[in-house]
Amino acid sequence: MTRLVKSPKDVATGLLLIALAAFFAWQALDLPMGRAIRMGPGYFPMILAGILAVLGLIIVATGIALPMGDDESPIAIAQWPWRALALVTLAVVIFGLGIRPLGLGPSMGIAVFLSALASQKFNLLTGLVSAVVMVAFSWAVFIKGLGLPLPLLGPWLGGY
Amino acid sequence: MEIFDNLALGFSVAVTFQNIFYCFVGVLLGTLIGVLPGLGPVPTIAMLLPITFGLPPVSALIMLAGIYYGAQYGGSTTAILINLPGESSSVVTAIDGYQMARKGRAGAALATAALGSFFAGTVATFLLAVFAPPLADLALKFGPPEYFALMVLGLVASVALASGSVFKALAMVVLGILLGLSGQDVYTGTPRFTFDMLELADGIEFVALAMGVFGIGEIVRNLEDEHTRTVMVRKVGGLLLSKDDIKRIIGPILRGTFLGSFLGILPGGGAILSSFAAYSIEKRISSRPQEFGKGAIEAVAAPESANNAGAQTSFIPMLTLGIPSNPVMALMIGALIIQGIVPGPNVVNEQPNLFWGIVASMWIGNLMLVVLNLPLIGIWVRLLTVPYHILFPLIVGFCCIGVYSVNNNAIDVYAMALFGIVGYVLVKLDCEPAPLLWRSICAAPC
Repeated sequence: MTRLVKSPKDVATGLLLIALAAFFAWQALDLPMGRAIRMGPGYFPMILAGILAVLGLIIVATGIALPMGDDESPIAIAQWPWRALALVTLAVVIFGLGIRPLGLGPSMGIAVFLSALASQKFNLLTGLVSAVVMVAFSWAVFIKGLGLPLPLLGPWLGGY
Repeated sequence: MEIFDNLALGFSVAVTFQNIFYCFVGVLLGTLIGVLPGLGPVPTIAMLLPITFGLPPVSALIMLAGIYYGAQYGGSTTAILINLPGESSSVVTAIDGYQMARKGRAGAALATAALGSFFAGTVATFLLAVFAPPLADLALKFGPPEYFALMVLGLVASVALASGSVFKALAMVVLGILLGLSGQDVYTGTPRFTFDMLELADGIEFVALAMGVFGIGEIVRNLEDEHTRTVMVRKVGGLLLSKDDIKRIIGPILRGTFLGSFLGILPGGGAILSSFAAYSIEKRISSRPQEFGKGAIEAVAAPESANNAGAQTSFIPMLTLGIPSNPVMALMIGALIIQGIVPGPNVVNEQPNLFWGIVASMWIGNLMLVVLNLPLIGIWVRLLTVPYHILFPLIVGFCCIGVYSVNNNAIDVYAMALFGIVGYVLVKLDCEPAPLLWRSICAAPC
């Protein structure tokens, strides 16, 4: 079997690294560069971005030239747990958005319930129970026990 | 004998009510997460880092250390009983341990694992006490060139020992340092990679990075295939070992202990490497290699001793040189820095309470683990029936509040979400994400 790209996974990794390197280099462009004898804040990041790009190129090259190892699995991007990835990320982000205005109680409840949705074995009752248990537990441990300065209900819900 | 004075000091620190309590909490949590598949010591320690703020440094480290070596005990329980390693370092134990359980010798396998681990823990703790102080004295004479050489050695070794491609491992190290550069430049105060956000002036929060990659990313990975765990718990049976068993395990335990102690010190080493190496050595020198894989008691004794010894001695480079030999140690360094202690050769001399307290607590912790694991085995087995789909939303909740409470800053929560995705993608691309945490030691001098 001859294909142009022997290991798509390596090629994808390399391209991702090159993109990241370009991003960091672009960010570092605004910083004063200085010289090797007197490095500016942009000097070291620029060098690292260069190294990262070179490593990315090498990985792309090996991906084109060398066949996949025996233990390697294809990327199979269609089989990624997209639903779980999206829901868990959303749960975390909503917690971050809600913690100030809504307070610990509602944002913790929503976050736990949303991440429970990520499982294929989700059922409404266990989801709700987990959320309630976790709210009660975090109130007891973090607000009462450790005394974190967090309101259970935020300003939008009549808290302080 | 100075060492006995020091150990006495250590025990006086460790045997206070508070520290015994945190040691117990640590080993209990460690056993728990070791038993629960899909939850390892790295995400647990990452989750608990914020909680350790309020504790004195000794108690914090005692608890976190207990989690690490406690997980080595707990992981072997599930490996033996249901052929499901609760922890990656007990993968090898599962091979023969499960076969022993199928033959009705689960009790003997569990007893071997616990006794081997206890012996290894005792020896490794003693080695830590003997070798760490002279090593730290030596390290005090180090200048910049020696430190540079040591860093390079550490980097090379961790890259060489990382699973998979060398280039990918190197790229992860570089990426980790780049991420560590965010925040104000140390020398000029120029904000770097902050996207004009004031919250990022101190750089990306270490806890957010660690929890995202090892907590959230790991959860998504576990949700890939939610196969139903059919838990068929076998009767544990008699825990007593026969005379013949004892004769057969003495050699493997000794060899496993010393091999694990040595490999634990090496960068990139620790519990996982030790257990694999111990298994292959036993198989090579055994007079009945054909029994390996079919329930040889030697194949349980050696890796279990080795992984516990390795877990313990991997504290040596962390406490004496400030260099982490594995991701757990990188988190420990993070915990020390959070407490305002700079890890390195000065810890042994300037914080004798901390150093000797941890050493003494390790031995106490190992003793607690034997008690926790053998008579109470039934409780742990029952815990196996907690399904993951109930467990993981709670972990997400803990991660959220944990990372928020570090700085009371929502930016850290978003960063954790982002690094969760990054961590998952990296694992899918066969990039080991652990070197990303190297920034914790390298960002300062850069």
